[in-house]
Amino acid sequence: MRPRQARPPEDQASPAVLEVRALAARIAGQEVVHDVSFEVPATGVTAMLGRNGVGKTSTLKAVLGLVERTGEVLLDGVRVDAERTDRIVRRGVGYVPEDREVFAGLTVAENLRLAERRERGTADEGAAERRALVDDLFPELVRRAGQRAGTLSGGQQQMVSLARALLNENRILLVDEPTKGLAPKIVGEVAEALATAAQTVPILLVEQNLQVVERLAERVIVIDAGRVVHTGPAGELLGDPDAVQRLLGVSTTSTTEAEVTR
Amino acid sequence: MNTLILLLATGLGLGGLYFLVASGLSLIYGLMGVLNFAHGSFLTLGAFVGLAAANTVGADTWPGLALGLVVGSLTGAAAAALTELGLIRPLYDRHIEQVLVTVGLSLASVALFEGIWGPNPRNVTRTDWLGSTTDVLGASVPNTAFLNVLAGAAVLGGIVAFLKFTRYGLIIRAGVENRAMVTALGIDVRRAFTVVFAVGGAAAGLGGVLATQSLNYVSPHMGASLLIFAFIVTVIGGMGSLPGAAVASVVVAVLQQLANYYLNNTGDVIVVLLLALVLLVRPSGLMGRPA
Repeated sequence: MRPRQARPPEDQASPAVLEVRALAARIAGQEVVHDVSFEVPATGVTAMLGRNGVGKTSTLKAVLGLVERTGEVLLDGVRVDAERTDRIVRRGVGYVPEDREVFAGLTVAENLRLAERRERGTADEGAAERRALVDDLFPELVRRAGQRAGTLSGGQQQMVSLARALLNENRILLVDEPTKGLAPKIVGEVAEALATAAQTVPILLVEQNLQVVERLAERVIVIDAGRVVHTGPAGELLGDPDAVQRLLGVSTTSTTEAEVTR
Repeated sequence: MNTLILLLATGLGLGGLYFLVASGLSLIYGLMGVLNFAHGSFLTLGAFVGLAAANTVGADTWPGLALGLVVGSLTGAAAAALTELGLIRPLYDRHIEQVLVTVGLSLASVALFEGIWGPNPRNVTRTDWLGSTTDVLGASVPNTAFLNVLAGAAVLGGIVAFLKFTRYGLIIRAGVENRAMVTALGIDVRRAFTVVFAVGGAAAGLGGVLATQSLNYVSPHMGASLLIFAFIVTVIGGMGSLPGAAVASVVVAVLQQLANYYLNNTGDVIVVLLLALVLLVRPSGLMGRPA
């Protein structure tokens, strides 16, 4: 029994890097994700949308095994749902959690050093390259290397959180609400960084800001009440105000794209 | 004045011993949320095995003592690491069961030690210097006090350096803040658990050998009696706070000495009262994070 979502047509050529089948997640004994199945193709940004509290964050955590879960999780076609979180991550899953979760008592440099995964016995030629990319994307972090992460602004903490994921060679990034609570200018910077990252690694992005979704995402997965209720090309959904209103409970008319692209 | 200096000096020495036990308790609790009741057993085992090693060279010689301290630390570290691997790890994240298993181990191990070494305290032989005193501003301070203070300070410095400059130290500091996020960075945090147990066990084993030098005996029960005060120190200092444990070790030990002398042997009672006071006024301890 393998419940599957229909794939959008443009993904036929691109095999799924992440496949989730009949995923259910429980937090404190309560089932918050019921029967979620979806695929994330190996390129571009797939946005996971939905109202507050419908189980998007829990779905990401369930993929990583950070919450109690049942169902199947396949990374590059390999079942990983029986593995510990750190093993799954070392297979190449970068996680940028909701609310950043930087280590407040550690310096910026220590946060990044901790995050750099070391594969035993293999020389990683890409490490210096990725380090240069991160330094290039977030020059602020280079200047603040010795500062405690807890004393950074929300935007700077988000940069640390993104940098932690980008320092490693990943098969996929799971990015949870990276623009939440940030000033519009910083939202633009974060979106820019994600766009750059998306050129080399596929991203599953949970995001409330529809302008960011519009800018970055090719596909959307809409979750409601712990279940997938819609999948398809991002443009198709966002171009249909009625569908946005119905599925996400928000209106697209009051905002402008200029806010994120400046 | 002489008496006060003597009490302060012996208090500091006792504080050094408390810290050797409390540092491990604090590290383990901070990272894993486990109150380790078996910590006293690591101390006792370290003491017996360390002394046995010292006796092979001569416990009344400096090389003998040095060997005893090293072997005692290694024994404590090994016992603690095995405890973590064999008993704590299979109960991953089940804190109540983990605490209960350490309680069981502490009771069983004392019985085992009694079976091997007999229930009664045995006298130890010391180097001449450790058996005598040094005049400090007119007070005859036992030389063991200096050794204990030195050991406590060295262990504090060593653990701080370990936490600050090593990768495991980095993982431990991060894990104390947010363990789930450490695993979400692809780090097997369980290895850090074994490391903190080993580091804590080493400090306890060292403390065990040093305690025999101060007490002038070794007994299967010495771990349990030191552990009680180490727990109090850990709570007063703030669960999981290493500097808190260091400060509280000194405060508790000095207060205990002063009360024993000036207030008719009420040191233990005063310490418990201090514990109650701290729990009422500042439940997170002197340097603990608010729960």
